[in-house]
Amino acid sequence: MRRINYVGWKVVNQERIVLAIAIALFVAAAVGLPGFLTAGNLVAIVRSISVLGILALGMAVVIIGRGIDLSMVAIMAMSVAWYLQLLGGGVADPWALLAVLAAVIGIGLINGFLVAYADVPAIFVTLASGSFVFGFVRSQVISQDAVPVPHGHWVEALGRMRYASIPVEVFVFAALAFAAFLFLRFTRWGRYVYFAGDNPVAARNIGIPVRPMLVLRYVISALVSFIAGLLTAASLLSINTRVVNSTLLYDIVLVTVIGGIGLSGGKGSVRNVLIGAALIGILLNAMTIIDISLLYQNLIKSTILLAAIIFDGILNPRDEQTAQQGDI
Amino acid sequence: MPLLKSMVSAAALAAALLTAAPVLAQDPGPGAYAAALTGKRVLLVPLAMGFDLAQGWAAILQREVTAFGGTFETRDPNWSTEAGAQALTEAIASDPHPDVLVVMSPDLNSFAKILKKAQDAGIYVLLIDNPANFPADAYIGSDWNRLGQLEAEAVIKGCGDASSKKIGLVQGDQVNATSLYQYEGIMKVLAEHPDFTVVAKPDSNWDATIARNVTTTMLQQNPDICGIIDFWDGDATGTSAAIRDAGLADKVFLVTTGGGEKTADCATLEDGTYGAVVMTDLARESGDMVAMIKYLLQSGQPAGTASPYIYTLLKATTKADLAPDTCWDLKALQAAAGN
Repeated sequence: MRRINYVGWKVVNQERIVLAIAIALFVAAAVGLPGFLTAGNLVAIVRSISVLGILALGMAVVIIGRGIDLSMVAIMAMSVAWYLQLLGGGVADPWALLAVLAAVIGIGLINGFLVAYADVPAIFVTLASGSFVFGFVRSQVISQDAVPVPHGHWVEALGRMRYASIPVEVFVFAALAFAAFLFLRFTRWGRYVYFAGDNPVAARNIGIPVRPMLVLRYVISALVSFIAGLLTAASLLSINTRVVNSTLLYDIVLVTVIGGIGLSGGKGSVRNVLIGAALIGILLNAMTIIDISLLYQNLIKSTILLAAIIFDGILNPRDEQTAQQGDI
Repeated sequence: MPLLKSMVSAAALAAALLTAAPVLAQDPGPGAYAAALTGKRVLLVPLAMGFDLAQGWAAILQREVTAFGGTFETRDPNWSTEAGAQALTEAIASDPHPDVLVVMSPDLNSFAKILKKAQDAGIYVLLIDNPANFPADAYIGSDWNRLGQLEAEAVIKGCGDASSKKIGLVQGDQVNATSLYQYEGIMKVLAEHPDFTVVAKPDSNWDATIARNVTTTMLQQNPDICGIIDFWDGDATGTSAAIRDAGLADKVFLVTTGGGEKTADCATLEDGTYGAVVMTDLARESGDMVAMIKYLLQSGQPAGTASPYIYTLLKATTKADLAPDTCWDLKALQAAAGN
């Protein structure tokens, strides 16, 4: 009897709970809120979580490999701010783009190198590099929080791009999600991410290049941040570096882990990110339609995160190995 | 004899006049002015140094304080209340401490105790732009209730009588005085126009992305909205993006408020992004700060003696009102101040 119950519980994992909540919310909103179930509003929901979802994809790849990247929002805002500043200062576009891309990859390499070879915990490395990126660009490169997109630039055109009246970031999100799915599921290095995240020592012992792959993941998350920043600038026609002080970073972690990607690594996939993003998108949209103030929105969001983490703790208890090596 | 007498007295008078002439030319003003102001330290602590108004104030204060022989410094808390509190605490503890603190408070209460300490230490405290529950030596900035009223009047006019009379608000947050008082002012005017209704009033948390998302939802729910009031031009870029994306740029009259900087406000009024902007007269507001600094340092009164409100004149500007001098140019101002 006990045994059957136990098996029953295992079927109810976090991913399915969150999916069920998301569907329940969706149905409730569709029935209860006029105007929720319109094509326009559904597109608005997907669009509102596209940039967040893109960032969460990058974060997911890092977290599955048992890491975390807290520098993503800083890289996203500051790389694009620097790019736009260069353009505004008259630097030719290809050179400006090359310089910024090199810097973005450079920060990813530094993050990865410090975590992989200097053995500094990822949470400290990326927290520090994020602050450094923000502080350096904010104090040395740009003079104002907001940097506008120059008139007639391709970023402006990117923001206007629509296909079947769906904004371009939705397609970018879909394409990146598919690419991340292919990478994690079908490539050798993608599978290695799981092995390294599940048990780094064992992965190393069987000959997987654990450290170079770790560096690669931080480069991926840095590049993903840059893409997310470009899409943000394209939509708002400027990038405001104040976003670094916002709750966006926590929202990325929220979307990533709420769908069931464990912080201890080795678990989860793109599907979990999509479920997490769907829940947050539906939740925020419904709360905005009901006109709940931001204070309560944050309270509700954080309560859900806390509940998801507690569920995760109960359903996926720490085993001997995580107890020894710790999370992240 | 009388002639001689009068000649002597005339000569004496002339001599007296001649010797008195330099005394008459001795204006006591410059001496007193220099004695009170030379070497005085003025410290500006805004919410952040990264936005137009703060940079405008800093440029003008820098020029004025340097001109009277004082030193002017700024601190950049970069939107962090903790960093602002720390900057103030350090300034008060430093030796010699600043003589005047010019502070933009992040909310109604956070800095009250620290600023009281500053006044106890003999430092004059000027609150600027954001009101707080604290008897400062002067509050210099907008009357936010009045500002909200002007915005509401502008949106009512922009919508017109033939419209749906539905308006949306994109508030800032629920702690900052500028957001709370602005809301009060808007509601006060709308109470007098019961035919106008507020269909939604989400917060943007002063973030352009959130402003865009909530406005998108607002317009989805109420496609017949005739006007929106966004509480700050810093995040109204997001609101205007949502209106543009919804294809409603010609139908929704967007009203916001800002520092009156050229690229932020006048260019956007010109291209029709904003219907009206309630602007701060930067030169006047900074001039009031300078006048209060000069007055307080010469007054000899202890810090905290009086707490007057020096409100800056506000005006809702539309495209029709635009003149070459409507806005100020941050780049030109900074170039002139040499920083």
